[in-house]
Amino acid sequence: MSLATQSITALRQQLTAGEITSRDIVESVAAAIESTNNSIGAYLSHDLDRALAAADAADLSLPLGGIPIAMKDNINVQGEPCTCGSKFLQNAYLSPYDATASRKLKESGAILFGRTNMDEFAMGSSTENSALQITRNPHDLDRIPGGSSGGSAAAVAGGSAVAALGSDTGGSVRQPASHCGVVGLKPSYGRVSRYGLVAFASSLDQIGPLTNSVEDAALLLEAIAGPDPRDSTCLDQPVPNYRDSLKKGVKGTRIGLPAEYFGAGLDPAVRERIESAAKALEAQGAELVELSLPFTQHAVATYYIIAPAEASSNLSRFDGIRYGNRVDNGTGIVDLYGTSRAAGFGAEVKRRIILGTYVLSSGYYDAYYTRAQKVRTLIQQEFQSAFQKVDAILAPVSPSPARKIGEAKGDPLKDYLADIYTISANLAGVCAISVPAGTVPADNGKQLPVGLQLIGPHLAEETILRIAQTWEDIR
Amino acid sequence: MSASTDFKVGYVASLARLDITPEEAERFQGQLDGILSYIEALQSIDVDGIEPTAHPAPVLDRLREDHDPAFSIEQAAFLQNAPDQALHQLRVPKVIDPS
Repeated sequence: MSLATQSITALRQQLTAGEITSRDIVESVAAAIESTNNSIGAYLSHDLDRALAAADAADLSLPLGGIPIAMKDNINVQGEPCTCGSKFLQNAYLSPYDATASRKLKESGAILFGRTNMDEFAMGSSTENSALQITRNPHDLDRIPGGSSGGSAAAVAGGSAVAALGSDTGGSVRQPASHCGVVGLKPSYGRVSRYGLVAFASSLDQIGPLTNSVEDAALLLEAIAGPDPRDSTCLDQPVPNYRDSLKKGVKGTRIGLPAEYFGAGLDPAVRERIESAAKALEAQGAELVELSLPFTQHAVATYYIIAPAEASSNLSRFDGIRYGNRVDNGTGIVDLYGTSRAAGFGAEVKRRIILGTYVLSSGYYDAYYTRAQKVRTLIQQEFQSAFQKVDAILAPVSPSPARKIGEAKGDPLKDYLADIYTISANLAGVCAISVPAGTVPADNGKQLPVGLQLIGPHLAEETILRIAQTWEDIR
Repeated sequence: MSASTDFKVGYVASLARLDITPEEAERFQGQLDGILSYIEALQSIDVDGIEPTAHPAPVLDRLREDHDPAFSIEQAAFLQNAPDQALHQLRVPKVIDPS
């Protein structure tokens, strides 16, 4: 079995036993990138020499010593590109610093190897919005890997990364994990520092791991979570040993099934997978509780006011002045901004900046942005009430498995509506994980992965990881 | 407030310093009108007495010493990304017209 397809845990055992070297793992990953990147296109760039040098210097006594991790191309790693999937930053920016998550991975002994493809500036659910290349789902190359962390998910699923980091603003770690059949975790808001993550929506973004196993996700979360004085939204909370409670089972764990997540829009084959998983967990001693979360129906509208609003502000820094591709026709500074941004940004990014600017503009701010923030309060309160009755919520990740590349052309709203099951967790700031839950057949007979989502209270990653581990053990 | 009649893509794009082509303006107008119609549903929710949430896990008054040596970036590292530079500084078009 290729080293690149093994779990971090398995590799660490072999490394510390002296059976393999870190160089062996990096070379295995590099070989997999060589053989798959033309078809899957998960990686935008990878620096093999740098990774091999780090591998040879790896400190195997550290928790992630010698393990290569792929990085979504919006997380700064010093000396590496950080294109965010955009022409604006293509060949025009090398990170002058490490994101806190990058630094913490390095401090845990990991080797940061490879920059993965993504929807431009994290705006999208398919990775089709990358301005730089297409990424294909390893399970069916005609289909999307999901997004916006599609490159990271496809790399792990396609055997060209041991594990990866992504970012999740409205589902962008969980949904590609679901579409590609890997584990994807969105930590609670404030659990992981956003310093060095190129901001899309500052009150929604979180960095999260994409891995082959629940234990690997727990291990990566331990490495990257924790307080950070450089991110004032990062919580001053200690990081538990997430692996300690993984195997404690689900006896007596109350798991909520919200009616609104199992309604008419859910593909029957997906529903069957999720309901069967719920029953399997019940057989392990979990108590299934029926719930209603009526504000679910307003989550997409709320998100598509708040996220573009925050994005319009965050992306104003891309003005062609300090970094990025500048387009200067000699007609003055304001034109420079306008032409640089016009040339550098793709359609989805432009649409969201325009939408965000509108809902924040004078005369419209209260009717749109403030109102959406109030609905956000109601959504958050609804989760808090639900978590009085249940320990975690079980739900699908996506109404249907991965669609074909190009299917949503010209109709952005179609993709927005498919974010229905993931978006609320970002609005409420709670934690959520997608774990593989089997496959459903496509028309052409290919088997398409389906993810099971577990949503937990703020800072209750131990609970959702434990339930996820139980499921992984019995499925 | 009816979004569709008030929302003019060209004007808002100029606020955002985004030069868009007439073709883009027409395409985006239609797409964004559709999205704004969908978003109108929020107008019917009773939000009386509800406080807006800006952050899901607010942390207030986070202060630190104004000194973190590892926080700063070397001038050379910064300038390596500069689209145009001279004399160890960023070079930009004239902002203020002296005339």
